[in-house]
Amino acid sequence: MGLLDKLKGLLFGNEAVSEGKQDAKPGAKPADAKVEQKPIITKPKEEKPVADKITVGHVHMSGCTGCLVSLADNYEGLLTILDKYADLVYCLTLADVRHIPKMDVALVEGSVCINDECSMEEILETRENAAIVVALGGCACYGNTTRFCRGGQQNQPQHEGYLPIGDLIKVDVYIPACAPTPQQIRNVCLMAYLLLKGNDEQKALATAYLTPLMNLAAAGTEACGCDLMTEVINQGLCCGCGSCAAACPVRAVTMQYGKPQIERDLCIKCGACYAQCPRSFFSFDVCGQYESITNLIAEVMKP
Amino acid sequence: MEYLGQYKAVYKAKSGCEDILAKAQDGGIVTSMFAYALETGIIDGAIVAGPGSEPYKPEPMIATTVEELFASRGTKYSISPNISLIKEATRSYGLDKIGIVGTPCQIQAVRKGQLYPIGLRDVPDKIALALGIFCMENFPYQGLFQMVEDHCATKIDNVTKMDIGKGKFSVYTERGVNSQIPLKVTHKYEQPGCHVCLDYVANMADISTGSVGTPDGWSTVFVRSAAGEAAFNKAVEAGWIVAESMDGVKPGLELVEKLATEKITKNQKYLEHRAHKEHAALKPLRNPYI
Ligand SMILES: Cc1cc2nc3c(=O)[nH]c(=O)nc-3n(C[C@H](O)[C@H](O)[C@H](O)COP(=O)(O)OP(=O)(O)OC[C@H]3O[C@@H](n4cnc5c(N)ncnc54)[C@H](O)[C@@H]3O)c2cc1C
Ligand code: SF4
Ligand code: SF4
Ligand code: SF4
Ligand code: SF4
Repeated sequence: MGLLDKLKGLLFGNEAVSEGKQDAKPGAKPADAKVEQKPIITKPKEEKPVADKITVGHVHMSGCTGCLVSLADNYEGLLTILDKYADLVYCLTLADVRHIPKMDVALVEGSVCINDECSMEEILETRENAAIVVALGGCACYGNTTRFCRGGQQNQPQHEGYLPIGDLIKVDVYIPACAPTPQQIRNVCLMAYLLLKGNDEQKALATAYLTPLMNLAAAGTEACGCDLMTEVINQGLCCGCGSCAAACPVRAVTMQYGKPQIERDLCIKCGACYAQCPRSFFSFDVCGQYESITNLIAEVMKP
Repeated sequence: MEYLGQYKAVYKAKSGCEDILAKAQDGGIVTSMFAYALETGIIDGAIVAGPGSEPYKPEPMIATTVEELFASRGTKYSISPNISLIKEATRSYGLDKIGIVGTPCQIQAVRKGQLYPIGLRDVPDKIALALGIFCMENFPYQGLFQMVEDHCATKIDNVTKMDIGKGKFSVYTERGVNSQIPLKVTHKYEQPGCHVCLDYVANMADISTGSVGTPDGWSTVFVRSAAGEAAFNKAVEAGWIVAESMDGVKPGLELVEKLATEKITKNQKYLEHRAHKEHAALKPLRNPYI
């Protein structure tokens, strides 16, 4: 069974899905069927309630805490996640645990100051203790604002070398942008839950969803608005949609004559524009099921 | 791959409002749906291709009144980066229920943005109605200008309508059809990114519409999602849209399917060609689809 078929089975149930044709029986139409379909997460939850949560930690490297605030900006959604799907086992700001424990997923915020021994130890420990390392936010993925450091800041003026975590350890998943959005963090947490605790089909959905973010992690640790030129326009791929301009947190991208124009001095190297671009990566399997996946997320996020 | 995508229903349809039809491209479906949705609170604003600083150079705009929607009627055959306003719509404009019209690639961008809101904070659940328009190709403004001024020998300031259909690009002025050129002349001006595009009828829209398949003055309409179905049926009930069965309509769905198949298979071939498998000495070009 192909991935697409698996997804269809997963999202629509196992009845044949008619595509491209009007179905004779209105009740059997795919969208009707999928609305009535039980959300795929409720099942494992009912069977094994709290015990089967995944463990998640927030590792704070050299970052501004904006990424963590973004996670918290899921508001009651964060409580739902912590209630049903994930235990927060490490988070200097929110949990009273001093040493990096074993965990399923580490959300690492910030880049690593290589002049600071403690940071170097902690990033290594994170890799050793976490099954999945997620670079949370532009600093962890690409250096972001810390790329511009020249040292001299209070109270450690000698600190000047900062590396995105992927330059020091293997990273599994990227969540670019500064700050990363609450909804993107939520989606990655839910998909990580499905990946680790779901059945085969749920794992297939989670894999399909996470693959592009894993590809970003594999692609490297440098990002810039220039990627829109080098990887999209120069490659003959730009469709002029404007997603890049919408995604940029510092308004460094404007659309001129249907193409992005990058104010390179404004760019903080967060990687949001390129990752948002439909021509950086696009999965028909995932995006084609936007309606069911959106409904699913809404359903499982109910308190 | 299903070239026409999933849909719940397909209609031959047009606006029930003469004022909209007067300056609409085809059946005025986009403007009528948004006008109805604005009036009834289904959306509180719509991102459309408004008039720009040069004739037929579209500029994305957020319409919050029916008057503003009227100003956006008609197809501009050049790039209108409508998605560029999608976050701004929720901020400066404070919209909670966004309507957006876009070409198939733009609707893909909307759906990617909803599932992967990497830089689109708070946008995902604020998309209330995404209307897709069929699209074979688009033109950078400089290309469109050259097509109109050089090939059609018409001053672009005097143009009242442009249209692509039946293998021709047609330019209208106040005196009617002024000039027509075969599409083989316009191909070289197409936006390069259009040649890797694998969607013709906006398969991921709530509702998609275009001229192909139905007689002049009418539109072909695919109703796809639950949100699209609810809005469309109410608009028909309220008389904003007149919808009829596609049964027996000529040239009908057959032509839509034929064009979709042609576009997508041609572009799939081009994507394969970009992989440069036949030339070991050439490195592959990037393929965005995974
Ligand atoms: C580049 C392009 C290529 C097209 N190719 C085809 C085709 O091959 N076959 C086909 O059947 N139909 C095609 N269409 C669609 C068709 O021209 C009409 O736009 C569609 O039928 C809607 O007409 P209407 O009367 O319902 O809309 P109207 O009520 O006239 O409203 C038109 C709407 O389209 C929006 N719009 C106009 N130009 C653009 C643009 N450049 N980008 C994004 N939005 C825009 C406006 O904002 C407005 O809201 C194409 C459209 C475009 C923009
Ligand atoms: S990515 Fe942005 S929000 Fe996150 S730590 Fe870096 S500067 Fe702060
Ligand atoms: S252009 Fe903007 S979105 Fe892109 S990397 Fe730079 S700051 Fe980030
Ligand atoms: S987001 Fe859209 S406009 Fe920006 S580079 Fe990508 S395709 Fe082009
Ligand atoms: S052909 Fe495809 S890429 Fe080009 S404008 Fe139309 S939908 Fe976008």
